Amino acid sequence: MIEELSHEQILRYSRHLLMPEVGLQGQIKLKNSSALIIGTGGLGAPTALYLAAAGVGRIGLVDYDVVDESNLQRQVIHGTSTIGKLKVESARNRLLDLNPDIQVDVYNEPFTSENALRIAKDYDVILDGTDNFPTRYLANDAAVFLGKPNVYASIFRFEGQVSVFDARTGPCYRCLFPEPPPPGLVPSCAEGGVLGILPGTVGTLQSTEALKIMLGIGEPLIGRLLLYNALDMTFDFVKLKKNPKCRICGPNADVKELIDYQEFCGVPGHHEDDTSAGADWDISPQELKSRLELDPNLILLDVREPHELEIAAIAGAKNIPLGEVAQRMSELDSAEEMVVFCKRGSRSARAIEILSSAGFKKMKNLKGGINAWAEEVDQSLPLY
Amino acid sequence: MTTLRIPTPLRAYTGGNADITVSGEKVSDALNDLARQYPAIKTHLFGEDGELRPFVNLFVGESNIRDLQGVDTPIREGERLMIIPSIAGGSLIPSLTGEG
Repeated sequence: MIEELSHEQILRYSRHLLMPEVGLQGQIKLKNSSALIIGTGGLGAPTALYLAAAGVGRIGLVDYDVVDESNLQRQVIHGTSTIGKLKVESARNRLLDLNPDIQVDVYNEPFTSENALRIAKDYDVILDGTDNFPTRYLANDAAVFLGKPNVYASIFRFEGQVSVFDARTGPCYRCLFPEPPPPGLVPSCAEGGVLGILPGTVGTLQSTEALKIMLGIGEPLIGRLLLYNALDMTFDFVKLKKNPKCRICGPNADVKELIDYQEFCGVPGHHEDDTSAGADWDISPQELKSRLELDPNLILLDVREPHELEIAAIAGAKNIPLGEVAQRMSELDSAEEMVVFCKRGSRSARAIEILSSAGFKKMKNLKGGINAWAEEVDQSLPLY
Repeated sequence: MTTLRIPTPLRAYTGGNADITVSGEKVSDALNDLARQYPAIKTHLFGEDGELRPFVNLFVGESNIRDLQGVDTPIREGERLMIIPSIAGGSLIPSLTGEG
């Protein structure tokens, strides 16, 4: 337990010390506080940077990915020089450069039901900056079981959500979202895109909430959900109540321990391909190349958005964006064989589901989408 | 007449429109009017049983209809409806790439 600050620390944190809401005692509180940041990507980047700069004594980072060029449009904690390096290592180096006064503990592993409680139990606040539903439900449930606040933020395209879920005094994530959407119904950022600055805005709001909790000041976003839209530049708030039927924090809760969250969310395991509509539908880029050599008139259906065609396209493909497939299927002939594709394969899988339920049978899903095609067949196309 | 706010992930099914004018005295009427105007959105809001999907949250003003009278909640003059979707960020697999 640290009880005073050094002269160097007083100088470093002087802008905090000047405010009575923080002051010397508040800064000492931060020095003795700890925050676990799950995910060191779009949201984790600003939250980790600002919490480190603010002097939070111990920061934990969970991630097992490596830095990729396509991350750098928004994940500002990493850099061109750290491409290919572990994200947690890249982030730790940057944080310690920003503030050598803090401790950064890294967990280069997936956050799972096996390790979540062990990792999270020693932290005061959990920040959920993950990118997928299974880990969001896991982070929530772990926070509920450990009796810790879960500072939640989520982003998509131009839109963000922020709240503080603390089941001791308010609702939890499951109170608002009792069940995850089925896979494929909600597009991912990798498919749908995200404005690079959006996680910056939303992540700094998230870290503001975490800092307030550690300091014990202000009104935390407990029982309120902030909805931010960058395009419209709107901030809306709605009220959240504890759900009496909540399976984890309600009076009749029946979830008593961490579960299999991938099964709960209906998604494949860690190393399986999420972008497949099922092996029966799949066609690999190489197979498609061979098929096209035999049958140049094979119908190709591109279900990406029109602006994506400017980035990369396969000549001769018909474009019907996924959102219009249901209305425009009359333009397609169910008697003809057809290969459906998108960027990585998940939107085309959804399109195949839609067409299949309308009676289309002769369809294939290009496994890995146009990106896999660009990697394996046509290297003149860029990856995006 | 009331305004129904469509979140970004669902705007693909409303021709890109963010705010849809719908009519109805109750939430169910307003939703039916939305589905009439934009049939493609229907499967995203309603299950095969015709019930609102459990992962779709609908707010009237600042309150979740789940805390009121569900789809029977009356809409008062000037109140706005808002659909609040589950958004996870990056991907649907637990890759922890931290996409957001």
